[in-house]
Order: sequence, then structure tokens, then C-alpha cells
Amino acid sequence: MLAPTTEAELADAIKSTTGPLRVRGGGTRPLGKPVAGEVLSVAGLSGIELYEPGALTIVAKAGTPLADVEAALAAENQRLSFEPMDHRPIFGTEGTPTIGGVVAGNVSGPRRIQVGACRDSLIGVRFVDGNGTAIKNGGRVMKNVTGYDLVKLMCGAYGTLGVLSEVSFKVLPGIEACSTLSIEGLSVAQAVAAMSKAFGSPYEVSGAAHSLKGEGGAPVTLLRLEGFVDSVAYRAAKLQALLGAGSIESDLDKTRAAWQKVRDAQRFAGTSGDLWRISVKPSDAPGIVAALGSDEVLLDWGGGLIWVELPAGTDARAKIGAFSGHATLVRASETTRAKLSVFQPEPATLAAITKGLRDRFDPRALLNPGLMG
Amino acid sequence: MEMPTPNPMILAKKDLVVSRLMEVLPEDAVIHAVEETRAYECDALTAYKCPPLAAVLPSSTKEVSDILRICFEEGVPVVPRGSGTSLAGGALPTADSIILGVARLNGVLETNYDDRYIRVQSGRTNLSVSGAVEEEDFFYAPDPSSQLACAIAGNVAMNSGGAHCLKYGVTTNNLLGVTMVLMDGTVVELGGGHLDAGGLDLLGVVCGSEGQLGVVTEATLRILRKPEGARPVLIGFNDNEVAGACVAEIIKEGVLPVAIEFMDRLCIETTEKFARAGYPDCEALLIVEVEGAPAEIDYQLGKIMAIARKYDPVELRESKSAAESAAIWKGRKSAFGAIGQLSDYMCLDGTIPVSALPYVLKRIGELADEYGLRVGNVFHAGDGNMHPLILYDANKPGDLELCENLGADILRLCVEVGGCLTGEHGVGIEKRDLMFSQFDAVDMEVQLWVKDVFDPSWLLNPAKVFPLSVTDTRRAVAMAAE
Repeated sequence: MLAPTTEAELADAIKSTTGPLRVRGGGTRPLGKPVAGEVLSVAGLSGIELYEPGALTIVAKAGTPLADVEAALAAENQRLSFEPMDHRPIFGTEGTPTIGGVVAGNVSGPRRIQVGACRDSLIGVRFVDGNGTAIKNGGRVMKNVTGYDLVKLMCGAYGTLGVLSEVSFKVLPGIEACSTLSIEGLSVAQAVAAMSKAFGSPYEVSGAAHSLKGEGGAPVTLLRLEGFVDSVAYRAAKLQALLGAGSIESDLDKTRAAWQKVRDAQRFAGTSGDLWRISVKPSDAPGIVAALGSDEVLLDWGGGLIWVELPAGTDARAKIGAFSGHATLVRASETTRAKLSVFQPEPATLAAITKGLRDRFDPRALLNPGLMG
Repeated sequence: MEMPTPNPMILAKKDLVVSRLMEVLPEDAVIHAVEETRAYECDALTAYKCPPLAAVLPSSTKEVSDILRICFEEGVPVVPRGSGTSLAGGALPTADSIILGVARLNGVLETNYDDRYIRVQSGRTNLSVSGAVEEEDFFYAPDPSSQLACAIAGNVAMNSGGAHCLKYGVTTNNLLGVTMVLMDGTVVELGGGHLDAGGLDLLGVVCGSEGQLGVVTEATLRILRKPEGARPVLIGFNDNEVAGACVAEIIKEGVLPVAIEFMDRLCIETTEKFARAGYPDCEALLIVEVEGAPAEIDYQLGKIMAIARKYDPVELRESKSAAESAAIWKGRKSAFGAIGQLSDYMCLDGTIPVSALPYVLKRIGELADEYGLRVGNVFHAGDGNMHPLILYDANKPGDLELCENLGADILRLCVEVGGCLTGEHGVGIEKRDLMFSQFDAVDMEVQLWVKDVFDPSWLLNPAKVFPLSVTDTRRAVAMAAE
């Protein structure tokens, strides 16, 4: 295992290697096509470099534990607004999630629908490309259009274009109060319609999820409101009146726990089927869920994100047919991941662009080769 | 400002190129008479002008594809143009280039309230996107000052911001998909009505690439339901640094206003003469706007005013009505026009960490004194996006150069304190030669790789963004190929 502790050591390690590398942060998110090669751990590049609460900005080395970043922010009543998912429950992995791993996978949570994904909060990166060259893009200010936005390109590239060494974020103030309006017994179509209606209201919904089998076995739809105490109470009551249904839970710990379950797709923890994550237009969700033919479904993002568990080896894309969006095979055996494309296959013109970028950023094909297909 | 020497071989075959374009476009969509091409000789950076070889005004993605294929085959550079409101010279042509204007691509293709997006042709103006969804109480969030005129195509090219991006983000955070034509005429789709990319985030890198990677013909944009209400408070201070400190505390205390706007004395006095908004006589003025439910607005404004009182404001005026809100915004919104009445000016766009605000304002004042020029400051304080306005006299020999040199010093100052050259206007030609102050050769080379992949012939808007010395080998290869 290669375990650099500085960006210079990371660059040297890549420069002098001859074989493929498996880039790893905390090792909690084994997503993608299986990769052979020596492990390159970034966990040794750790520490918060700069944190300015008054400027809503934090900069950390890529191997910094996510928990350390979140604790530092919480001490100033701030947070990463995109509430990154913890993949340990669904993968059964142990270890310490790192902030670099969050960026590499563009890992986001239910609030993606309101405040954007990890890529929307990320304002700067430093990384080492496949030549062993250290590169910077973006910076530590939240508005920056100087040159091309490689920050977005690196976010969600799973370490295949370069190995992250440092990441910068725009952060937001903490949340004073949170309420959840829950409605039981809706069909998928009714739930998506209710969630769309909620987003079409001025009540600033910050989460909208639907489980085909809630805790008691019946379907349950959850709508989240966050903000200042009085405002949340007012908006929750208004939303309840608008939808004409549901009960309100305002206990901060209980609502937080409920949304953590959604965020981490916890209902799929310890189950054995293949797990797919499908991004669609919300209004397409009911038809796609029907085509998938499974009750093991969790909808997030108002229906725009479908988590579905299918029997091992099933090709979800074949079941859905042509659709607007993309399906990722998050959890499956190595054999299935090697056989089915983990990431949505791209049309030929885009695949050529992707390949062109990989050939330049990683000409020796050393960095997680083949992970994204 | 240096621009590449026009390729004589392209100038020599103007008739051929024009006749080929005429074959795929209606007659009135090809502008080639010398006196008519002058209409496209510059954008809002009017100090630099050059009529193009010709201008074309396509009405469909198919026509854009045909144009680009022909230009690709003939080796003719193409400069895409939205509404021509770029302050950075993003749409400045060269004599051997074709201006591809998207003004006729202005339709709404789909509005989808259930999925909260609108799909438009890229020549549609920013404000008319919100206009198209207004009756359902929705809006498109990015709101650049030029929103009445500027096109979505230019917004995507420059990743435009606006006054309200502290809460809603900039174009890239509100762009869900594009239809884009590559230089060889290939049409590609990136994103759509769904969220995030299935592979590499190519949409993310296209947004803000200043028309160098492809020509965007359609865009899918996120629309949002309007908040129940919004109200500003106006706060006057007798010291810039105190105003800067107040901004930092408001943010740190957990309030997230939709906008925090800052104006200094020169801007306050000038706009007051011009717009008579009733602004106080003071050194610095903040307009802080919050939105949401009525109770939420009251609560947030209360919190903001409590913070402001600690900084001994000379004026603290909470809007109680739509009319009072309009009055508070009136001066800010007319600031650029008011300064324009007073003098020629150059508008900078550097961004700095908010914590550096007091220092940077002080240094800008010192630099202005050294150069003997006046600088006004009016900007988005919440996100550190400064807009220093340097006043100069275009008729006075040497004044423009003096102004540009001061501008360059101010932008270098922004980079020195941890910021960047441009927050929302783009690099264009204006900041092209300052790129080395922010990036080293390696950081820039990696960006050029991206262009190599999308536009291997280096024909799309080739003389922008990067210093000419950095791109000349690549552009020379393109020229030799022709």
C-alpha cells in the first residue's frame, strides 16, 4: 500500500508507480467496477487547512475524516448543506469516511433537492493527475468563473482523472428547527404528486422521500421543513393544510434520525439483493418503479431518486428500457459489477469525450482504471 | 489588447464561406456586407472593436450544426454570441471569424411545473425565462444585472451570477441540461430533467467555458416557487471597514439573507443625484434582503438589525411595504447607470474572501490615489464578489491604459488575499492576460486539455480566456491545418 502524507509525496508516488492504483480514502464506499492494483491511500493527507465561519468557507486535506470536518463546523453552528450520505450501512463496510471520498463520489443526501449536490457546495480542489503533477482549480471563494470549472469535473470522477489532495467548500449556517410531515398509505403516483405539490408551494421543503414499505409495512411519504422555530411551525401547518393529510413530528432528534435513515438508504442495510440508484425526472418515477417490479423501493428527491433492490444479477436498465436519466449499480457482487455496467453507458459522442479526458488526465491509465467503465 | 493576426487565407475566401453558409441558412440570416457586420464588432466591452468576416443568425439546432460543420471544414474560427452584453469581451470577433448569434433561438420548448424545470432555446433572455413561469408563481433564480437583455446562452457560457446567489447559487447550480453543438457539427445532449451526471460531470465543465467547448442551443433550467415574501433593510455606516465587519457577523450569526449589497460613498452620492432614492449621507451602505414567510422575515430582519446596532449605524431603515422595498433597491439598481452618467467607467469583478473586505477596500482606495483615478464600489458583499468601478475619460489620451493598469492591480490584489480575477463576468479578453497571476502554467495547461478534447481544431472562440502566449502553438496548428 502506498500511503503518502503530503501532496508532494502523493505526486512522487504516482510519478514513480508503473502499475495500476486503487485510490482509497476511508475505504467505506466500494462503488464501481472492481479494480486491480496497489492501494493508494489518501488517509494520511489529513487536517483542516482553513476555516473562516464569517466567510462560510472551509478547506481541508482530502483524507480528513468527514466527521472531523462536520465537528469543526458544528462548533460554529455551521454545516455541509448537502448532507453527505454514509455508505457504511448499505455496504456493511467499516472505517472512516473521508471528505475526499465524499467529493470523489459527489456524495449527497436528501437536501440535494433544495441546496444542490456536493458538486454545488465544492468551490475548490487540489489534485495530482496521472502524470504525478499537482494541479489546482477553483479556490476558496464562492463565486469564481476564472478559467474552466474543473472542480465540477473532479467531483464525481471517482479518482479516475486525478487523486484529490485538498478540497474547499461553501458551508451554510446550522439549522435551528426541523419538522417532518408524514403521510401514510399513498401509492407511488400519489406520493410523487404530493411531493411535487409541496415543492410547488412557497414553504421551502428541504427533503421529500417515499418508502413503499415504511416501518409498519405501509407506504409512508415524508416531507421535511427546516429553519427558524416559528417559521418551521408555520410552514409545517401550511403544508399540512395544503396537502390535506399527514401528521407533524417536530422533535429535532426524531426527525434527524428519520432523515438519516433516508440519507443512508438504511432500509437496504444487511439485505442481499443488488442495489440500484436511479436519477430520473420525478414524474417518470411511478412508471419506472412499475417497470422495475419490486416493492423494495425508496424514493428520495421528491421522486427524482429511486433506490431499488433487485434480485442478484438483474439488469435494471433492461427492465426500464429507454429513459431520461441514469442508473448506477451501487451494490452487487464483483461478478455482476464486472458484467453489468456500474455507471450508465454513455452515447458514443459523450463516451469519446470522456475517453479523451481520461487519456489526457491519466495517460498511463493508472488511476482506478476501469472503475467507471 | 492584443488579438491574433487574422488569417489572410480565410480573409481571401470570404465569398466562398459566405456562399456555403447561404446554402444552409435563409438569406436574411447571413450578414456579410461590411457596413452591416459592424453591428457585431463588439459587445459591452466597447473599448475593443473589430467587425467579423460575417455574422450568422440561425433559428434551429440543425442550422447551428450546419454552420459549425461548414466553418469546421473551411477552418474558420467561430465566436458565439448571446445578446452581446459581456463586460469581458467574450463575444469580441476577429476579422477572420464568424459571429454565431443565437438571438433568433428564443423560444420556450417546455415548462414542467411538476418536475420544476423549463426548457428554452438559448437566445432567450434571462428575465423572460422567469417571465414565462411567472403566472404560476415560479421564477428562475440567477439574476445578473443585465437580465433584461442578456441571453441564457451567455449566462451558461460565463456561469453568470447575480444579486441573489448567496441563497440560490449561480447558473451552474441551476442548470440541469443543455443541447450543445460541437465544432464539427455533432449535436450532444448533456443532462436533462433529472439531477446530476451519470458519468463525468461534463455539464459542469461546459458551464462557464466561455463558448470555447461548444455552442449551447437549448438549456434545461431549474425553476423554483417564489417565496411568500421578501423585504430589505438599509443600513448606513460612517466607515467602510465597520460595514465589512457587520457583513461578516451577519453571516456568522446564522442568518442567510438572499442578498447583501454594498455601496460606498462615491456610489451613494452619484446614485442619489441620479435616482433620488433617499439614501443617507454616509461612507458605506448595506442593503440586506431576507425572504420567506412573514414571521420568518420579521425574525431574520430583527436579528440582522440587532447585529447592525452593535456597529453604530448612522441609518437603519427597515422596509415595511413593497413601495419602501422598491425605494431601497432603486438606488442600487441604478448604480451602474448613474455612474455611467457621470463618467466612462470600467467595471471589475474580482471576488475575495469576505473576511478580507475591509483590507481590500482600504487598499483599493490607496491604489486609486496612486493612479489619480476615482473608484466606486458597489457589489455583492455576502459572497465577496466585488465590483470596483474605475472612472476614466475615454477622450483623454492614456486614460484608458491608466484605468486598465489600475484594474489589473486591483485584480491582482483580489488574488493575493485568496480570491480570484472574476466572480461572474468571465475572463474573455479583459482578464485574459492576468491569468498567470492566478494560475501557473501547469494549472492552465490542464484546462487547455479540456478544450483539446471538445474542440481539437481550436476554432471556437480561440483567442479568449487564456493568454495568447499559452495558446499560440495550438492556434497555429489550427491555422496550418486550414
